[in-house]
Amino acid sequence: MAELTKKGIGGFLARQGILVAFVIFMVGFALANQRFLAMDNIFGVIRSSAILGVMALGVTFVVIGGNLDLSVGSMMSFSTIVVLDLHDKIGPTLAIPAMFGLTLLLGAFIGFLVGYLKLNSLIVTLGMLSAIHGLTLTWSGGKNMDIADKQGTWFSIFGQGDIVGIPMPIIIFGLLALVLGLILSKTPFGRKIYAVGGNGQAATFSGIPRARVVFFTYLVSAFCVATAGLLQASRSLGSQNTVGQGYELEVLAMVILGGASLLGGSGTILKTLIGVLIFGFIENGLLLVGLEFYVQDIVVWAVIILAVWLDIAAKRGRLWSPIA
Amino acid sequence: MAPEKRKDLLKQGGIWGFIVLELAFFSIAGEYWAVTDKAFMDFENMLLLLKQSAPIGIIALGMTIVMINGNIDLSVGATFALAAIVLLDSMTWPFMQNLGDWAIPLAWCFALLTGVILGAINGLIVWKTGVDAFIVTLGSMLGFRGLVFMYNGEQPTSHLNWTLVDFAEAQFLGLHTATWFLFGAAVILWLLMTKTLHGRNAYAIGNNREAAVNAGIRVGPHFLWNFMLIGFLAALSAVVFYSESGSVNPNDGMLFELWAITAVVLGGTKLTGGYGSIVSTMGGVIAIQLLRKGLGHIGADTSTVNLVIGLILIAVLFMDRQLNRKGKEELKV
Amino acid sequence: MTDQTPVLRLEGVVKTFPGVRALDGVSFDLRPGEVHALMGENGAGKSTLMKVLGGIYDPNEGQIYIAEEPVTIASPMQAKARGVVFIHQELSLADELSVAENIWLGELPHKSFGRVDWKKLYDETDAILKTLNVGFDARTRVGDLSIANQQMVEIARALTVDPRAVIFDEPTASLTDAEKVVLFEVIADLQSKGVGIIYISHRMEEIFKITDRISVLRDGGYRGTLNTAETNEEEVTQLMIGRKLDLSRNESHHELGDVALEVRNLSCGKLFEDVSFSVRRGEVVGFYGLVGAGRTEIAETIFGLRDPSAGQILLNGEEVRIHSPMEAIARGISLVPEDRKGQGLVLGMNCRDNMTLPQVDDLTAGPFVSDGAEVAIFDQYRDKLDIRTPGWRQIAGNLSGGNQQKIVIGKWLSMHPEVLIVDEPTRGIDVGSKSEIHNLIRDLAAQGYAVIVISSEMPEVLHVSDRIVAMFSGKVMRTFTSEEVTEDSLIQAISGLEGDKVA
Repeated sequence: MAELTKKGIGGFLARQGILVAFVIFMVGFALANQRFLAMDNIFGVIRSSAILGVMALGVTFVVIGGNLDLSVGSMMSFSTIVVLDLHDKIGPTLAIPAMFGLTLLLGAFIGFLVGYLKLNSLIVTLGMLSAIHGLTLTWSGGKNMDIADKQGTWFSIFGQGDIVGIPMPIIIFGLLALVLGLILSKTPFGRKIYAVGGNGQAATFSGIPRARVVFFTYLVSAFCVATAGLLQASRSLGSQNTVGQGYELEVLAMVILGGASLLGGSGTILKTLIGVLIFGFIENGLLLVGLEFYVQDIVVWAVIILAVWLDIAAKRGRLWSPIA
Repeated sequence: MAPEKRKDLLKQGGIWGFIVLELAFFSIAGEYWAVTDKAFMDFENMLLLLKQSAPIGIIALGMTIVMINGNIDLSVGATFALAAIVLLDSMTWPFMQNLGDWAIPLAWCFALLTGVILGAINGLIVWKTGVDAFIVTLGSMLGFRGLVFMYNGEQPTSHLNWTLVDFAEAQFLGLHTATWFLFGAAVILWLLMTKTLHGRNAYAIGNNREAAVNAGIRVGPHFLWNFMLIGFLAALSAVVFYSESGSVNPNDGMLFELWAITAVVLGGTKLTGGYGSIVSTMGGVIAIQLLRKGLGHIGADTSTVNLVIGLILIAVLFMDRQLNRKGKEELKV
Repeated sequence: MTDQTPVLRLEGVVKTFPGVRALDGVSFDLRPGEVHALMGENGAGKSTLMKVLGGIYDPNEGQIYIAEEPVTIASPMQAKARGVVFIHQELSLADELSVAENIWLGELPHKSFGRVDWKKLYDETDAILKTLNVGFDARTRVGDLSIANQQMVEIARALTVDPRAVIFDEPTASLTDAEKVVLFEVIADLQSKGVGIIYISHRMEEIFKITDRISVLRDGGYRGTLNTAETNEEEVTQLMIGRKLDLSRNESHHELGDVALEVRNLSCGKLFEDVSFSVRRGEVVGFYGLVGAGRTEIAETIFGLRDPSAGQILLNGEEVRIHSPMEAIARGISLVPEDRKGQGLVLGMNCRDNMTLPQVDDLTAGPFVSDGAEVAIFDQYRDKLDIRTPGWRQIAGNLSGGNQQKIVIGKWLSMHPEVLIVDEPTRGIDVGSKSEIHNLIRDLAAQGYAVIVISSEMPEVLHVSDRIVAMFSGKVMRTFTSEEVTEDSLIQAISGLEGDKVA
């Protein structure tokens, strides 16, 4: 470890590589296009990142607890479809809590399988990805879901409203990040998540109810997914069954980009936020300098691998892997 | 040791037992609820089933090898799409058009080469950086998809070559071309994994990497080869599928990685590596396709299929865990 | 024998790690046909030396000679190619593969196109297995074998080449007596073929039975070579620890209080059966036995990590049922586990958070964890236990073994338990920290804690215990008081020999 501190700046760069990359990108884009740092542009970026960002907050809990959640995409489709459908049937005031309840139920089921039955989270959530998709299709009968009276509902406030000029999705995203960040970094529950993800056996030997902790991480994830579903539904007031398809891996990529280890026990809400914003700003910045949207994917690809690579290179003290 | 053997038999035979169960169930249930009056176990129907299994099946075979090796590949869907674009687009290149039908094998080669190169990129990154394969291929899933869009934006890429379509729709000894490719790939890979040094070493690496390293097995090149292999197979799958359809959307192949992993896990291959077989993966592939067709046969829609496949995957995992439990004395951690 | 060229010779080998001189000028030679014991305490440098020989570490200085030819070894494979073969203590087998594939791992016989030559593979393996006289064949899956048989597979690996030197690293740790006989026959056979054998073991009786010479390492340095026939245990021990083996018993008994913990006829499947004992306040009860005797499992059962199949646990005279560590902790039981890194600490977490982990729920101010309360606890036990760390923010994984162990002990002391169980408290810890921890355990008893110490080291057990429970294969053989115990009677008891003759 002494070696690392000796490296000083190099070590810092490697450890905070993602932050450095973020700053470089921001400065680069700002120089290339004046509009990049304009307030409305920044709002625009955060706003369009909010839905994936909210999901990433939840997945951060799961990943720090040492598990994966590949079901968030199809669960988000489920929430969106359910709340849109119930909106016209029982009204938005009841539809929203009902949708949250159902989504949390799904989260509890996954949490039970992974936490209490100790099944592999990758496969469980892979199975749930498919199962929940089936559930959504059954619910909607395979049709797109639309709110009948799009003008006459207050439901659009979550996705389209604003408070003192700040769009609602940003406020919700920010509040949720703040609350979850505090829970993770300041409360006993947060501490236990790190312990369970860092070394599950040692956590058990310290009297921490590992199963319960894992269970709750999935509840948090489900809550975030429900919120994302709400934002999505409220923004578009209509949706396809597959609205969240493919989000699971994109969200995971954001969390990893932020520096959470897939092995569990590391990562923070703040880092995830940076991961989310990098995704958003790279896309936006590339568009502003006139590049196509797909360049974003390629840049993100490189950034993810570089970020994780530098991170582990700093830990092992050498750049190239020791694999023969 | 006797109960151990029994468990082993249960593990390896499980998927085939499940297939028999499915056949029996759908045959009987079909008598009552069938939406057509054709029997489920109809020969034509079974042939079609095999043909439809081919695209995911070929990829799942490659996934088996990568997973036995202790890695995973989430980028196969994007590789599949990119190879398909290269296949169809290359046939429109001027010099290829001058070649007449000789353009076809050349286009295949281009597509397959694309797959191999993409696989090699994954393999090299995993080998040289030491970043976990899950993360590397998660990244390249996005990156390769970006390349797909770069090719033709959001427009579909189309090129219908009738010679190619005829070939793809041909039946030889009753089996469709796609089925032959699936079986051919399965046999070759089965030989590779059970009979050759490369295959046995892949098992050893996935099973106990440190032991393999100490025994002088070079882990990195094995990773590289296996990623190239799965890239090749993803491209082969594209070749088989798009020779017939002739048009590829930039979003094609999405979630293929998850379907392939589902089939592999149903077949009993361990996520941690070192255990699994090509034959069992074939079982997993067929079981999934049977389920799809069977549920369709009795009038259930896609939604039920998704639901059932997801729950079965979890149930298999649960049973596997019960089989491996050590009983009451087990440490509760 | 002395005139023969050594098969393996080391000259002044030095290996340093940042801050540590793990090997400090080690020289010794291995002659053909001899069994050469390599001894030293944990951390003396044996495993580093083996890794240098196996090419896993590059020595900073010094030279290795194989048959008097200077060589550099870059990998275990190169060592093997030169006839130097390792038999590891930690099994390095692929358990899903067959015995034959494991034995020839990395060098399977093959035909054209990389096809494995199964017939040749199985034939040659069966031939080797025959010489080892084992009850399984080449096609058996390694995962289906017992640990002892897996050890035999490791040994069979050495016989695939014509070895010059074979290095056994604690080969008998998991073998039964009958299996040991087979192993010793194998060694004798190799010996008669002129193979030099390095034999690493802690078991004196084996060393004196089968070795010709003994080389001793201490603190990374070479301390000399003795002819086995001309020395005795005491001399070797003295060389190993630099002083006479301290077999002194604990004599300072404290005022004993009431019975804090009593266990009656406790069983857990085949792990242990019909175990009964009691611990009073102010008393240290030592559990002594070989690895696998069931001591750790008893502790885990008391701590709620295993469900007993029969028997009772009584705390302060009241029967309790404990289903989880949470319940155990609530009832005042603490366990300092055997595997410090795997079970004791979250290595990636800082020292303070590790220490306060079991009580983090109680250290709150409002909904949040109270920083101040946590730091106060850390400071208190850092001073009390003399934990040397730059500060509480230090990641636990960066501390030395001794300091890590103190963090774990501090974690449980801060819970103010009534019953403290410590499992192998000084494993892998340097000599200085060892005696500190021993004193600490005595102090705790003096303060009225009921303490159970599980240990595989006889001096430790003798040193700290008021009473000693000797276990063998899941059963309590005898309970000694510290006055009546002798080394002989203790060894007999843990070897399953019913020791009637109490000295």
